[in-house]
Amino acid sequence: MRPHTSKNFEAELSHLKDTVLRMGGMVEAAIGKAMRALEWRDAKLARTVIEEDHAVNKYEVDIDDMCVAIMALRQPAAEDLRLLITGLKISTDLERIGDLAANMSERVLEIMNDPHSSSLNELLRMSQIAQGMLHDSLDAYVARDSEKAEAVCARDETVDELNRQIFRALLTEMKDAPSGITGYLSLMNISKQMERIADHSTNIAEMVIYLVKGKDIRHTSFGK
Amino acid sequence: MNDNALNQLHVEPTIHHEMKGDEGSLVTMKGFSLWYGASQALFDVEMELEKGLVTALIGPSGCGKSTLLRSYNRMNDLIDGLRVEGSIIFDGQEIFHPDVDVIGLRKRMGMVFQKPNPFPMSIAENVAYPLKVDGVRDRKLIADTVERALKSSALWDEVKDRLNQSALGLSGGQQQRLCIARAIAADPDVLLMDEPCSALDPVATAKIEELIDELSGRYTIVIVTHNMQQAARVSHNTAFMYLGRLVEYGETSAMFTVPRADRTKEYVTGRFG
Repeated sequence: MRPHTSKNFEAELSHLKDTVLRMGGMVEAAIGKAMRALEWRDAKLARTVIEEDHAVNKYEVDIDDMCVAIMALRQPAAEDLRLLITGLKISTDLERIGDLAANMSERVLEIMNDPHSSSLNELLRMSQIAQGMLHDSLDAYVARDSEKAEAVCARDETVDELNRQIFRALLTEMKDAPSGITGYLSLMNISKQMERIADHSTNIAEMVIYLVKGKDIRHTSFGK
Repeated sequence: MNDNALNQLHVEPTIHHEMKGDEGSLVTMKGFSLWYGASQALFDVEMELEKGLVTALIGPSGCGKSTLLRSYNRMNDLIDGLRVEGSIIFDGQEIFHPDVDVIGLRKRMGMVFQKPNPFPMSIAENVAYPLKVDGVRDRKLIADTVERALKSSALWDEVKDRLNQSALGLSGGQQQRLCIARAIAADPDVLLMDEPCSALDPVATAKIEELIDELSGRYTIVIVTHNMQQAARVSHNTAFMYLGRLVEYGETSAMFTVPRADRTKEYVTGRFG
């Protein structure tokens, strides 16, 4: 599609997309740091994630303000309107992911002195997939690539399955070593939160499909 | 680029979305083309007007929307060298049939123009004009019709105490509502509005838009507008025209949220036009 007749309008939409991407980058980094903190037992890194969450929250407010202002002043229609609606929804999902990363970091701080669980590798694998989903969903947003977004939705099932495996493994470990139950519960929490992150990334991908095609696939057999 | 070259570019068939209502259509246009002399202004338009609903015609200047509007009540007949093909069926009857009473057709399809055009007579006489033309002499019937039409056009409260004063003393917005009252007095089925708000300020515009909403249901309304937000606000169905063709047509909310043709997308998002 050709650019807008109004260059300012065009610039406002690009600025919005850039800001969503920056927020996404920050959240993606937060997940990575939380997992490194878990792997390396790095309390300082875990605390950084918790402290940085307020910057993520600020991005959410900024993006929402931007969308509301453009809607009020430009009366956008069609794909422009969908870009703004999608921006509002994505900022909410990203903010939740930021909270989940901070929450995982709090759990990591609780198990600083525990030995590593045999599920660590599975957790790291799950995190890699979830981070990839988030990354690709945001790439798809910027490139308006609905195929890439569909591929993200398809990966959610793998993460769900990994979460179930980790639960089962941790339950077995709990039975074998009841004294470590608090630590295992924290790990279960982390696994559950990572599964939620994949869900939020799927939400973003579903919104990208809405952005590109104008079709809402949420809560359908294709979505979830 | 000459006309033919332009036409080659846009030969895709009209994209039809689902329509808003379920009342059925009052007016059906089939394979309708129109020429002013050698130059073709409308190309093979297929379009239904749903009964009791508001249909907006949008598109850049020169796209044929006013020509299309004026085809419904054969206002274009007055232009030399006019030629049409295809048909317009209104209430079961072909309007281009030689037996059609064109004056009668225009009474059933009232028209409101861009610039308010009250006659230089009193407010009451303006509204009573269609009845006078018909030879109605019954004073009570005339007075009742004037009151009913002025109430329908939301003007009664503002003018009831000065019905015998000149209509030219009214504000632009009031004059436009008076013209709508005059059209209503003829008891039409269809109201054709050609940019009825383009000469009005925002408050007068809002009153006309509110009036259009109130009149829908009773009348089938077609409105040509340059203001896309106005089309979005007042209409149930929207038709997007470009270079004499109906590019895309259907429920207004779909036209403004999920248009399918590239031209429509670009027009409704303000990228051209």
